Amino acid sequence: MKTRRRRYTVLVYTGVTVVSAVILAPFLWMVLASVTPQRILIARPLRWIPDQLDWSRYEQIFRGGARSVGETFRAAMVNSLVVASVTVALAMVVGTLGAYAFARLRFRFRGGVLMLFLASYMLPQIALLIPLYLILSSVGLLDNRLGLILVDLALVVPFVLWILSNYFLTIPEELEDAARVDGTTRLGALWRIVLPSARPGLFAAIMFAFLLAWDEFMYALIFTSTNASKTLPVAISEFSGRYTTDFGLVAAGGFLAALPALVVAIAFQRYVVSGLSTGAVKG
Amino acid sequence: MTTTPDTATGTARATEYPLRRKKLRHSQGFLAFWLLAPALLAVFGVIIYPTLRTLLISFFQVDSALATSTPFVGLRNYVDVLTAHGFWSAAGRTLYFTVVSTSFELVLGLVVAGLLNARFRGRWLFRTIVVIPWALPTIVNAAMWKGIFNAQYGSLNALLTQLHLIRDYHEWLGDPNTALNMVILADVWKMTPLVAFFLLAGLTSIPTELYEAARIDRASWPQVFRSIVLPMLVPSISIVLVLRTIDAFKVFDIIYAMTRGGPVNSTQTIAFYAYTTAFSDQQFGLGSALSYVIVLAILGLTTIYLRLLRRSEMSLL
Repeated sequence: MKTRRRRYTVLVYTGVTVVSAVILAPFLWMVLASVTPQRILIARPLRWIPDQLDWSRYEQIFRGGARSVGETFRAAMVNSLVVASVTVALAMVVGTLGAYAFARLRFRFRGGVLMLFLASYMLPQIALLIPLYLILSSVGLLDNRLGLILVDLALVVPFVLWILSNYFLTIPEELEDAARVDGTTRLGALWRIVLPSARPGLFAAIMFAFLLAWDEFMYALIFTSTNASKTLPVAISEFSGRYTTDFGLVAAGGFLAALPALVVAIAFQRYVVSGLSTGAVKG
Repeated sequence: MTTTPDTATGTARATEYPLRRKKLRHSQGFLAFWLLAPALLAVFGVIIYPTLRTLLISFFQVDSALATSTPFVGLRNYVDVLTAHGFWSAAGRTLYFTVVSTSFELVLGLVVAGLLNARFRGRWLFRTIVVIPWALPTIVNAAMWKGIFNAQYGSLNALLTQLHLIRDYHEWLGDPNTALNMVILADVWKMTPLVAFFLLAGLTSIPTELYEAARIDRASWPQVFRSIVLPMLVPSISIVLVLRTIDAFKVFDIIYAMTRGGPVNSTQTIAFYAYTTAFSDQQFGLGSALSYVIVLAILGLTTIYLRLLRRSEMSLL
């Protein structure tokens, strides 16, 4: 029994070490490359640890003047932050209301409507691109943050609905019934009883929604063209296409572009499992 | 949208009946409609018209953004799509991408989920590390791996030559034989953590009594895995399969950022093929038909999966 446990421990630690190494190695190389001088980066054989650090790419990004890489990057960062946070905020409000209906109310076509929302995920964005482009251009929302928020919302809301309605189902209905006997309305019960006990589900939904909106590429690629609304994924893909020889700059930009998503994911990471454990069974 | 007055009058009429149950149902329907209206508007307000419009375009010959004559061609675009050589090779690559990436993600995800579920010191740190690839934006992930696979300065070449596994630097993304596998590697690295978290959610819902019963029976690890863990994970695994298959069929961004479908179309998956047809070649009619073929393929696969899934009774529907 004791040797078996020891073998188990050794196995777990070995596995954890290997998996961590495989995950961290590429990421850390990118971070390191962003501060490695170009001459060391392209040297053969490659010296893994640079003898001096080169912060010039970050300087270029943070201080670069008009029409520089830095200006594009900073504009894209602002655009991404605005688009992602507004999308998440709207999706959470809209999603919470809808999820409550799915989880608590009995109405005609409930299953059908839910199915429709989930089925919308099956539509490839490419199928909507041309008509959406024409619509956005006719209402003047092309190359515009609001336009991007509207189309992103259509991608994010089904996810939020799915995670939240599953989570709401796990909250005992009796809690709410008690409040409603006391004269609280359904919306009051949602606000005062359901939401406070749905915190893990809400955080999981926020995290999913944010990563989804932060990651969105195809709409941004087609519907944005200038610093007015171009988001980080588009800016980074342009960098990596244009500066193929300057990997350090791409790495610096990539690391900064990943930072907000990493912060959100790591901060909310412990809610993911509880948010998903109910969400893992959908229809 | 037209259901508003219906529901409203329905509620009014229902109040005249003494049947409280019926009234309740109607007023619930009324409330449900208003609770769902914003979500319906946000999602279907954006996608319904484009979906129908694309369907319409797919029956016409539109071969330029400024085309003045766009004759109705019936199903010709669909016939052209299905008889094009490029379509079938793109479909084959998509299938390869889907099967290979999904199986690796599932197997590795199971291993990572098992580790995440194990009890050991520093578990929080491990969880934080596992979240990293998932949080990394796809385009950043693509740019990172493009650097790693680079033929001049890539760290994969550096590592393999320094370990004396290869003699010369290899053009991993420039070689039609390796490019797609390299893209798959980048995709597996990024998506395995998400799969692992889905499976972990399934693992944590397995009652500990089952493990204890197995321990009393002195069951071996493979036995426990086969007769407890795997059956209990079926719902999570099916969900992962559905989501990852849909994603793989729609895959565009990582291909665009890593290879643009090249070299010699060797990484051109079906969604990317549709993109080039519609936007580079300006064949909008053909491109629309193509995207509907993709929709139908996804629909078919998902129906099969969901039928399998419905056997598990914990479904929300």
